Amino acid sequence: MTEHLPVLVIIIPLVLALIAPVAGRLNRIYSWAIALLATLFSFVGSVLLLHQVMYSGTISYWMGGWEPPWGIEYVIDYFSGFVLVIVSFLAVAVTIFARKSVADEIDEKKIPAFYGVYLLFIVGLMGMIVTGDIFNLYVFLEISSLTGYALVAMGKRRKAPLAGFRYLVIGTVGATFILLGIGYLYIATGTLNMADLGARLPGLFNSKLVITAFAFFAIGFSIKIALFPLHTWLPDAYTYAPSAVSALMASTGTKVGAYSFIRIIFTVFGVQVFLNQWVSVPYFFLIIASVAMLVGSILAIAQTNIKKMLAYSSVSQIGYIILGVALMNPIGLQGGLLHIFNHALMKCALFMSVGCIAYKTGITNIADLKGLGFKKPYSMVAFTAGALSMIGIPLTVGFVSKWYLAMGSLENGMWYLIPVIVISSVLMLVYFWRVIDNIFFKAGDAVKMPATPASMLIPTVVVAALCLVFGTLAFIPVNITGKAVLLLFG
Amino acid sequence: MMEFILAKYNYWIYVIIMMIGFYAVIAKSNLIKKIIGLSVFQTSVFLLFISIGKVDGGTVPIYQGTEAVYINPLPHVLILTAIVVGVSVTAVAFALVVNIYREYGTIEENAILEMIKHDD
Amino acid sequence: MDVVTSVKPLYAILISLVTVALVLARPNRPVLREIFTVVSALVTFAIVLSMLPWILQGGILKYHLITVLPGLDIALRVDALGMVFALTASFLWLVTSFYTIGYMRSHYPENYAGRSVDRFFAFFLIAMASAIGTAFAGNLFTLYIFYEILTLCTYPLVAYDKTPEALYGAQKYLVHLLGTSLLFFLPAMFLTYYYTGTLDFSTSGILAGNAPDGVLVITFILFIAGIAKAALMPFHAWLPAAMVAPTPVSALLHAVAVVKAGVFTIIRVVLFIFGVDLLKDLNLGYYLAYFAAFTIIAASLIALRQDNLKRRLAYSTISQLSYTILGVALLTSSGIIGSVLHLVIHAFGKITLFFAAGAIYVVTGKTEISQMNGIGKKMPFTMAAFTIGALSMISIPPVAGFLSKWYLTMGAVEADQLALVAVLAISSLLNAAYFLPIVYRAFLKPAVEPGEQVNIKEAPVFMVGALMITSVAVLCLFFAPSVFLDLARMIVAAM
Repeated sequence: MTEHLPVLVIIIPLVLALIAPVAGRLNRIYSWAIALLATLFSFVGSVLLLHQVMYSGTISYWMGGWEPPWGIEYVIDYFSGFVLVIVSFLAVAVTIFARKSVADEIDEKKIPAFYGVYLLFIVGLMGMIVTGDIFNLYVFLEISSLTGYALVAMGKRRKAPLAGFRYLVIGTVGATFILLGIGYLYIATGTLNMADLGARLPGLFNSKLVITAFAFFAIGFSIKIALFPLHTWLPDAYTYAPSAVSALMASTGTKVGAYSFIRIIFTVFGVQVFLNQWVSVPYFFLIIASVAMLVGSILAIAQTNIKKMLAYSSVSQIGYIILGVALMNPIGLQGGLLHIFNHALMKCALFMSVGCIAYKTGITNIADLKGLGFKKPYSMVAFTAGALSMIGIPLTVGFVSKWYLAMGSLENGMWYLIPVIVISSVLMLVYFWRVIDNIFFKAGDAVKMPATPASMLIPTVVVAALCLVFGTLAFIPVNITGKAVLLLFG
Repeated sequence: MMEFILAKYNYWIYVIIMMIGFYAVIAKSNLIKKIIGLSVFQTSVFLLFISIGKVDGGTVPIYQGTEAVYINPLPHVLILTAIVVGVSVTAVAFALVVNIYREYGTIEENAILEMIKHDD
Repeated sequence: MDVVTSVKPLYAILISLVTVALVLARPNRPVLREIFTVVSALVTFAIVLSMLPWILQGGILKYHLITVLPGLDIALRVDALGMVFALTASFLWLVTSFYTIGYMRSHYPENYAGRSVDRFFAFFLIAMASAIGTAFAGNLFTLYIFYEILTLCTYPLVAYDKTPEALYGAQKYLVHLLGTSLLFFLPAMFLTYYYTGTLDFSTSGILAGNAPDGVLVITFILFIAGIAKAALMPFHAWLPAAMVAPTPVSALLHAVAVVKAGVFTIIRVVLFIFGVDLLKDLNLGYYLAYFAAFTIIAASLIALRQDNLKRRLAYSTISQLSYTILGVALLTSSGIIGSVLHLVIHAFGKITLFFAAGAIYVVTGKTEISQMNGIGKKMPFTMAAFTIGALSMISIPPVAGFLSKWYLTMGAVEADQLALVAVLAISSLLNAAYFLPIVYRAFLKPAVEPGEQVNIKEAPVFMVGALMITSVAVLCLFFAPSVFLDLARMIVAAM
């Protein structure tokens, strides 16, 4: 059985996703239970896969036994195994969180369907991670995107369907660009397998076809990961989606998009072309990333809705990841990969703690958070831990990735990037401190807050605690990402 | 020059159709028209993919027992998948528009944005 | 120099943290909380004291906790300099715990058994743990962590009264301190790591020869700008803003722990990261010394114009802290000795002054100097202690302040900077100008209402007792500075 694990990690949740809505008709709790079962299975499976990679090296699984490059190949190496573990772990955490949160925010009759779509979203993400075939990537990308659009539209607020629709339009344009890029690469090389493309593309980099293909990929993925200035779908989508959906999408959706982008850049196109021929491309992305880092934080300061503030904060964090990628050196890339890990943890904790407050109260305005620090201590302490981590205080995960990004910048001699990193951290201090000030140091109305159920608090606190644990035991993610970077650099 | 245009006519057609679709997505205010534009946009890409599969002198790619020149079946397979994806996108989009109509009573984006300004 | 591994420094830090858990676990029991606090202060002081003999023999204690990233460890180191700071902080913490109990009892009587006072003591304990952690930090990374924790845990203390002024002052406090450390200190630390691969302290500095001169100068500037806790102008604005805090906070934290952590960090950076020789080569000592001189004079001038007693004391602190910075910037042995001595002596002197200010506030509710006519007759013990503290600031024998100023002057002479000797002299005059009038008003001016009966009504016993102890210490240190002087001499000898 274990030799089929790479595909079972995808197939079993997929099948369960189809069963969940049906089972939900018998008893609504079954659909949640099946979702939890599916995500737990995926998590255990991904841990086993990463373990196997650490001991025996990269796993290559041939779908249906067909040999690549004719068949579809699933590849688990340090990079994909690492991201797979992160995504499946956060999926488990958010699923536990979702039980009461979703029951509160979504219409009763729609809940079984919700869990079906929710599981399909996770399946889509995981498929994007494990696949080694770029068209398969497109298929899973669209699975996760479509379900994402639907999940966003299920929010309680009036604006949710419109936010979902706008996300759909922009997202589909992006996905179609990616499809075009895939098509152009196929025209140029005749293969769809990522490793094969990596072997065949060198030598073709002068052709306009390949250059255009990369341009399409760049735009398409920039839309998917909400890289400034193609980020406009993100604030509304994260704000109006149900709390559990925001938590899951913010922490995994854009990260998997970044993962795929990194795969395309390093495995399909290969780092050499960016160092030798297309030299202006990394510089271009460095500028965009720096602008994203600063503008995202500046826009976040102006927000009055806490979810929107966190959404703009995500825009700036994506900038960090792309900065690490665009540095085109091993340490910088390691910083980017670490930030994928760290930001996923931090944002999940932040959105879940906001969800705890919104439970049964619908409070999302920062002004309404006054005095909540002592009424909801655990979730607010979790929020503070996430905030400190985003600012980059040592002993939190945020510090580790910023440290590596700074080192990567100096490796290239680009010391001017360090002020950018530092200034955006200080900006983060400004907008997070405003919230923390409201929470702990201002008196609120004597409103009785409903008690937060344990099933919501425990995942929040655990994920927030991990922000501190992996900030102190930083050698664990650093080791894994270090090996991943070696593989990506070839 | 003319040979250049004529030889690559499939690319020209797909680009023109794509731009028409893209224009509709951006410029039209009616949500249904946006969806139509999106669909046209995606269809142009399908046309491109299929057109590149053509092999001169090739025949239907069903093995007939003898050696023959076949056109490339792979793009067809890929596009079948992509068409299904496109159909799903359109379906989800329509579902969302129905919901929007229920909420706002209109499917003109300008009118909806006006209403939202008074909301928040 | 014998290096021994010992877990004692860790215990010194942990005691306070464990007490936090105890205090928070038993809410609404004020007496228990007081006992916990005093016992923990006593135990901390005892542990620190127990390490003293080894240090006096020239030994060093080290303890390694965990390696977070290659080259970034959390490690502790007890050496002469750390011992100076830790002894001062832990002894004064013991005294302040009594003072705080007295102050909180009389100032917040309704609430005294409540949870908000529990939290006050809890954050106070965390602040102490962070101060001891700063003293015993074995490398820049550990130092930075404790430095930041100190900022974060003192924020709720400054904002404690939750009035709009308190919240605004606290915000200013936090933004200044956290902003400068994120913008300047962190990049400086990062550059140090990038060029040397380590952040450990070494008696000859770690940067020499590892980076181009331009980078070294920029790193030095970033460090100085980033250590805003030392209140070097123009990074001083947080200190007056923090005076909105309850007086025990102002006394211990802003006369002793937070500000001393700042100058302590500067001393560490100057002596143990850059090293005396490197800074002499780069001529950076002079620039720092003149910056400090500017602060000394400017802050004293501003102090002259303050009517609020705490604010006057705040500006006096800014000025006095730069004495320490000046001393170490002179890069001579007397200068460094004077700098370290001043760290201690100013702490004792200033805390006495703040204790007195708090006592006056608690008994009479007065905060402005112009209201304090004749207070000496009402509160003789308090004002006597105040006078001793003031004399120490002015550096008149037989009060301890004279000793540190003597060494600082010798240091300036050794460095051939006679202009700085003049600065020190002028500063003494200015100190007299803004302290002696207070003493004059208190003792020699009659109270505002002539017919009023002037009874002696002193502050509660705990507060007055604390006052007396610190003022006596200020006197004693003049006659018997041996421990601190020996430790200071050892620091210089190791260079």
